[in-house]
Amino acid sequence: MVNPNTNLEVETEQVAVAEEAPVKLETNDLTIKYGQHTALKGVNLEIREHEVFGIIGPANAGKTSFLKSINRMDTFDTNMSVEGQIKFNGLDVQNLKNIYALRSRIGVVFPLPVGLPLTIYENVALSPRLRGINRKSELDIIVERCLTRAALWDEVKDRLNSLGSLLSGGQQQRLTIARALSQEPDLLMLDEFSIAVDPVTTMRIEDVLKELKQDMTIILVTNLVQQARRLADRTAFFLESECVEVGNTEDLFTGEVKDQRTRDYVEGKFG
Amino acid sequence: MFAESDLNARNKRVQGLFRMLFLMMTILLIVPVAIILFTLVSKGGSVISIDFLFTNPTDGMTAGGIFPALLGTVWIVAVALLASVPLGVAAAIYLNEYAGDNWFTRLIQLAIINLAGVPSIVHALFGVGAFVIFFGFGTSILAASLTLAIMTLPIVIVSTRESLRAVPQAFREACWNMGATRWQTIRRIVLPNAISGILTGVILEVSRTAGETAPIMFTGAAFFLPFLPQGVFDQTMAMSLHLFVVATQVPGVPEELPFGVALVLIAMVLIMNSISIAFRMYLRGKKKW
Repeated sequence: MVNPNTNLEVETEQVAVAEEAPVKLETNDLTIKYGQHTALKGVNLEIREHEVFGIIGPANAGKTSFLKSINRMDTFDTNMSVEGQIKFNGLDVQNLKNIYALRSRIGVVFPLPVGLPLTIYENVALSPRLRGINRKSELDIIVERCLTRAALWDEVKDRLNSLGSLLSGGQQQRLTIARALSQEPDLLMLDEFSIAVDPVTTMRIEDVLKELKQDMTIILVTNLVQQARRLADRTAFFLESECVEVGNTEDLFTGEVKDQRTRDYVEGKFG
Repeated sequence: MFAESDLNARNKRVQGLFRMLFLMMTILLIVPVAIILFTLVSKGGSVISIDFLFTNPTDGMTAGGIFPALLGTVWIVAVALLASVPLGVAAAIYLNEYAGDNWFTRLIQLAIINLAGVPSIVHALFGVGAFVIFFGFGTSILAASLTLAIMTLPIVIVSTRESLRAVPQAFREACWNMGATRWQTIRRIVLPNAISGILTGVILEVSRTAGETAPIMFTGAAFFLPFLPQGVFDQTMAMSLHLFVVATQVPGVPEELPFGVALVLIAMVLIMNSISIAFRMYLRGKKKW
């Protein structure tokens, strides 16, 4: 009755399940244009739950455009058009009626911190307030938790009512991260977050990201290849509007690459 | 090493020349204002008193005070503001925060610019046709104020748009990215940071409204009334028209009386503007970025 072949099949399937977490985000033939200019063409990617997905590549490779298309920032810019398919939690992002709900599930951090013209407390409490949480006691808990997770609480706990814009650049970037976390996102997208941040703070934020991975999926766009190596489980290499290759981060750095251009970039020969 | 070359010397001379030129122009600008104020105070200062401000004109307007005109101007300005501020601010918010750049919004902007260029006497005739006759308000405070409101709408819209535009786009996008709707973003981020500019525009509008004569003389302001207005459907006297009347239309007015009226009118406007400037400085001190 026992067929050795069936047994084998079951085993391979189990291995596959253990290796691959469910897909969080999927793109099919994603193409992004600004007017006539193509910023990204034909990208097919799968990003899995609870992974840190790195995107590396030189300037103008389409990395930021990729992030913008995911939370529908194309609606801010009439010039930007998105073709192909993006599926977030299995839902087609382009045809979503409630893009506000989509955006509230996705936290975004851009290269330069945007401290909203509010107090530190209100910066972090804004997103909960937008969701209808107005009770001070609840907000206090959220604010403390998010600032703690963003490694900022100890520095600002005594001046929560001073303006967020008065903080230093590195602190403001952590405030921006705390604000993104206050959304309680499924997906956190960071776009070269360390550009305006000193190395010590960068390392602190990187430690934070390693912990956050347990609660959410993270897309990390960076032009520091070593940062991708430190943090990302899998990494995609974008070059000249194309996704050259996707693979386990270690493979990219140990030379197990399919494309010579990836090796050259990782080894610092260009870009 | 730092010895002056011929070229340096020439550059310095030219720079000095332009500095003088711009300084002269600035002084030239102040001269008429100074002369007007000096003339008004020296010739009209003697008639100003508490009685002058708070009694009715007497003896065929050749004596007595200006109370009905003063009160009338307050009425007209207040009602005009009630009409134009909500309308203008709402339109500016739509144009700056919601509307895309298409033929429709461009048409609206063209209309606003043209509205600003229409002579006040044309506004007056429009007011007569629309508010006095068509809507049947009669010659009344309401008709006069609505005419003024339409005339000053461009000021409110343009100044509101400017202050909305001054709020960095990055703030809006950061807010949208959190899943906020346009309105949530406007209410929580944009308006609180634009309010000082908007209020400045409103106060500027007040001073313009208080001084206008043509748009109100056919629509609601009266030559002389023995009683004070009781509501928006009454006619009223107004400072600007009263000045015109005592200066040119009534025989036997003592020379200093029109100057006194003008002084009170200009003082009203200056006080408004000072409040506006003080307020703007206060809010700017609280600016958050």
